[in-house]
Amino acid sequence: MSQELINLVEQSSLKAEAPQFEIGDTVDVHTKILEGQKERVQVFTGTVIARSGQGVRETFTVRRMVAGEGVERKFPIHSPRVAKVEVKRSGVVRRAKLYFLRDRVGKAVRLKERRRTTK
Amino acid sequence: MAKGILGRKVGMTQVYTEDGTVVPVTVVQAGPCNVLQVRTLDRDGYEAVQLGYLDKKRPQGKRSRQSSASRSERGHVAAIASKRSKGRQAAGVESTPKADCEPKRFVRELRGSAEGYEVGQEVCVDVLEGVAAVDIVGTSKGRGFAGVMKRHNFSGQRATHGVKKVHRHAGGTGMSAYPSRTIKGKRMSGQYGNAQITTRNLKVVRVDSENGLLLVRGAVPGPNGGLLVVRETNKLG
Repeated sequence: MSQELINLVEQSSLKAEAPQFEIGDTVDVHTKILEGQKERVQVFTGTVIARSGQGVRETFTVRRMVAGEGVERKFPIHSPRVAKVEVKRSGVVRRAKLYFLRDRVGKAVRLKERRRTTK
Repeated sequence: MAKGILGRKVGMTQVYTEDGTVVPVTVVQAGPCNVLQVRTLDRDGYEAVQLGYLDKKRPQGKRSRQSSASRSERGHVAAIASKRSKGRQAAGVESTPKADCEPKRFVRELRGSAEGYEVGQEVCVDVLEGVAAVDIVGTSKGRGFAGVMKRHNFSGQRATHGVKKVHRHAGGTGMSAYPSRTIKGKRMSGQYGNAQITTRNLKVVRVDSENGLLLVRGAVPGPNGGLLVVRETNKLG
């Protein structure tokens, strides 16, 4: 009973349409940033290497290389500040967490592209 | 009566505000409560409203009478005939009003003027609409006989350098020949938890009267399912 009540509360904070993407996808994450009075959209591009949590607490991790240095950012999926997640390309992956990419450098970071079969 | 209600802790979660900040909240299932009694200055010497929350279990079968309400509890919420009540009726003594509801499991009084409250009236979360912050009274989780590190956040002693079997002990408990005794109130190990705790000035995040839920920012004493008294805060500012 109590879990149902908590779900009821969380329902109000969930996005009606949660962004759709998968592990291994290369995505553009559009985040709203408030600078003084002005709102600006910042884009972070990278590979989705993990998803964790459930419900309102669900987050995903995006990794990219910036000037030879690996950068990871975690985004809450249901945060109103995460405006949009655009899938640029999809990668062939066989696991849910791509932490092995952290140990790779250069060309080895690339994932093989997965072509979606159109019906 | 100060604005207040009885309820039950459901658990914690988080919600987003419009600008995207995450607010950690405790969900409290508040009410509906029944007004069981109204304390008046003339009769009781103080003013308060007595609320009851959750029905007592009805006895299931012959042998499970333990959880059922006693005769005095039943007589508190509804009129039951007895020799004495008949005698009083015959003598023309006016009986006190009864709520006419099920005997309640959790009964508490909220002090303050009882204006606008009648016996039998139902109280819902709506009473907290427009209230900025609340105080919540609950019973903390029992931790049993706990040592000083858990109970008073002492640091304990070192893991090495000759410390023998006293790694989680307190250090000294006093001075020497003078005063030759331990000062009263010295913090030591003992029963910890399972005590009444009031958390004051918890901000109200949302009042969901449709589902009878109250969302407050931050933590509330006690385990999930624990019974709580929620009342408007008496803290200023």
